[in-house]
Amino acid sequence: MTENNDIQVDPPRIGVFVCHCGSNIGGLLDCKKLAEYAETLPDVVYGEDNLYTCSETGLSSIKKAIKEHELNRVVVCSCTPRTHEPLFRKTVQEAGLNPYLFNFVNIRDQCSWVHMKEPEAAFDKAKDLIRMGAAKATKLEPLNKNIVNINPVAMIIGGGVSGMSAALSLSKQGFKTYLIEKEPMLGGLVNDLYTLAPANVKSSEFLEKMKGEIASSSNLEVFTSTVVKSIQGFVGQFSVDLDNDGTLVKVDTGIIIVAIGAKSLKPFGLYGYDGSNVVTQLELESMLQDESYSPKNVVMIQCVGARNAERNYCSSVCCMTAIKNALILKERDPSAKVTVLFRDIYMPGIFQEKMYKKARDNGIIFLKYSPEKQPVVEQDVVKVHNEFINDVVAIPRDMVVLSTPLVAYDDNKELGQLLKVPLQENGFFLEAHVKLRPVDFATDGIFIGGAAKWPADITESISQGLAAASRASTILSSEMLEVEGATACLPEVNKNLCKGCEVCLNVCPFKAIVKNQNGDIEVIQALCKGCGTCVATCTRKALTIRHFTNEQILSEIIALTSE
Amino acid sequence: MGFVPKILGFLCNWCSYAGADLAGVSRIQYPPNVRVVRVMCSGRVDPEFVLEALKRGIDGVIVLGCHPGDCHYLEGNYEEQTKFRMVEQFLAIIGLEKRVRLDWVSASEGARFASIISDFVASIGALGSSPVKDEMSGPEVKHKLEAMIMAAGTDRVRALVGRQRKITEVGNVYGEIVPKDKFDGLLATAIREEYLRSQILLSIEKDAKSVKDLTAELNAEPSEILKHIVALRGRNLINYHDIVGNTPLYIKIK
Repeated sequence: MTENNDIQVDPPRIGVFVCHCGSNIGGLLDCKKLAEYAETLPDVVYGEDNLYTCSETGLSSIKKAIKEHELNRVVVCSCTPRTHEPLFRKTVQEAGLNPYLFNFVNIRDQCSWVHMKEPEAAFDKAKDLIRMGAAKATKLEPLNKNIVNINPVAMIIGGGVSGMSAALSLSKQGFKTYLIEKEPMLGGLVNDLYTLAPANVKSSEFLEKMKGEIASSSNLEVFTSTVVKSIQGFVGQFSVDLDNDGTLVKVDTGIIIVAIGAKSLKPFGLYGYDGSNVVTQLELESMLQDESYSPKNVVMIQCVGARNAERNYCSSVCCMTAIKNALILKERDPSAKVTVLFRDIYMPGIFQEKMYKKARDNGIIFLKYSPEKQPVVEQDVVKVHNEFINDVVAIPRDMVVLSTPLVAYDDNKELGQLLKVPLQENGFFLEAHVKLRPVDFATDGIFIGGAAKWPADITESISQGLAAASRASTILSSEMLEVEGATACLPEVNKNLCKGCEVCLNVCPFKAIVKNQNGDIEVIQALCKGCGTCVATCTRKALTIRHFTNEQILSEIIALTSE
Repeated sequence: MGFVPKILGFLCNWCSYAGADLAGVSRIQYPPNVRVVRVMCSGRVDPEFVLEALKRGIDGVIVLGCHPGDCHYLEGNYEEQTKFRMVEQFLAIIGLEKRVRLDWVSASEGARFASIISDFVASIGALGSSPVKDEMSGPEVKHKLEAMIMAAGTDRVRALVGRQRKITEVGNVYGEIVPKDKFDGLLATAIREEYLRSQILLSIEKDAKSVKDLTAELNAEPSEILKHIVALRGRNLINYHDIVGNTPLYIKIK
């Protein structure tokens, strides 16, 4: 950061920016008052509130204030550093400040969103947090970033369409790529599908084409019947242990893409589900493989086991699947009666809307039911309350097809723990930011695509797989990556404190601390990951950790306890 | 207005802080009493931070890390656990051990984060306001916590705790694994002795005192006080100040 050395960092001149985040924070907390409060704090020379501090307007406002008020520290009070710290660090850097002279105060994810019924207490909490954040800011020091070498190798977990798309993209870009699939063959859920909507292509043909491309890629190595056992390392330098059908395989990779997909819910106990005459859409797909299969009276029920208290989401692919399969049945036998019982039809997009119109034109009947008055499946009929005639209609049936949602795999939790990435409430993987970073995880070097994140159709799965590959290649295409400069060290001034007890050598999990030829303790910067455990252990308090020094953390404690 | 606990929380960046954010994203509501300091790893939480916060009148301190085996830095949470047990042992001397808690929250456990916070806030609520804030007994409790900060900061206690996992799990320099109960005994002795020594040091910081004075003041056996006086002289921390009659007075070296 040598280019930033012209800005005087002492005495501290702090600017505090309080973000409304639309109404996410501003709806509960008086952000203007918080900014005014910040201005009363020691070393804070400027405070302002912004509708969105992360918007172009907000960011230029920060830059302008740095110039106008000669700020040498910036504090943003907003969402969470886990998503937005990089953006604000970049902004202060563009204004000539060292990026480490920035501090984040979390008043959304850990305040306004979680104390919605206690606005006054939340306001007091926000004040305390801002006081603590400003106190730490006064103690911040400019730092240089460290460099990590990138192993230009990719690993994709999950060999469905999303994972295969990602793997093909990365291998075509020239990166050695590993594709890991837990089942004996690639293809995932698409293996069980008959045709793909809305393009109406045979899924087997589609899959064969993809699998063929994979087989002919020389730098793409596929491991089937393989699961991940352990993951060590960090962006650029992961090392992964795989269990390949009982054999341990070790793989080193620079990035990891999670594309493990989801599974179709089997609705045991609902609507007389039996897997033969009452089946799921997925099971119907296999029955359709027999091209002579053509039942006379078919009733499809949508939203089975979805959009309820247990699974509060719309699986988004079932309406399209049901209409696609209804059209196939109707085309095989135009005299067949196909009825779709729905709560709401979700068919966004031009092709999908056309499909829906075609289904209606072809005589497929759509009847709305309400969740309070669920359809009843009987021996030969399905009875459903129709709100227009306010009476029960009995629809003859040979087959009942239940549209069930895609649900997360039960072992997502284990994989999440291995990767150290979060899941959301329904067990799907949670991306770093729903809008700003849709295929990233908060952890560097790990990406997500396809139905592992959320029910996705083939088009979306491919797009996300390609998007994840593209994000991954931004890392893989560089030889080196700048990483945290907030590492541990034995500062020159503390050298005389160190008595060489070597306790720090024991506790460093990365073996980053050594005794050099002179008998002095030395922290190898490239190996240090900045956890700070050695600092909290050092018997003489000689070691320090940049950006989380004793002085900085104590300043937060002192600020909290002195008002 | 009843008692509103004010609690300090240390959250590790990778698991518990992410879990707290997830509670936010999921809009899980929990009591607004905790003020969070973000650290990269729970292993960063120096025992001094916890004791200092209590000395300054905070009602409770909670440290949340990754689940055992899940630490982003492999073992930082285990190291924190050994440090935290030491802090609890100090606090147990003055009955404050229930005001601190160490627990684990993963990045995917927003609901668990909220429930741990709710539970801890309720338990601090039941304990009532920090005794440090009590007008009568507050200064004395504060003084004792000051002695604990000194004692927990000594080479002896820090080195024992820092080596605990190695010597009880891997083996010492001679390859011997020290049994856990033997180690616990060593640590308990170190804690008791260093706490008393720190109290002595604080007591004779300004005024020179005799063994007899200290015995009465610190409610200890004269022989024990004398033993510590000798040890502290050996560390070159105290000195003779004067001899009144036949009684030597000691004072802390500045």
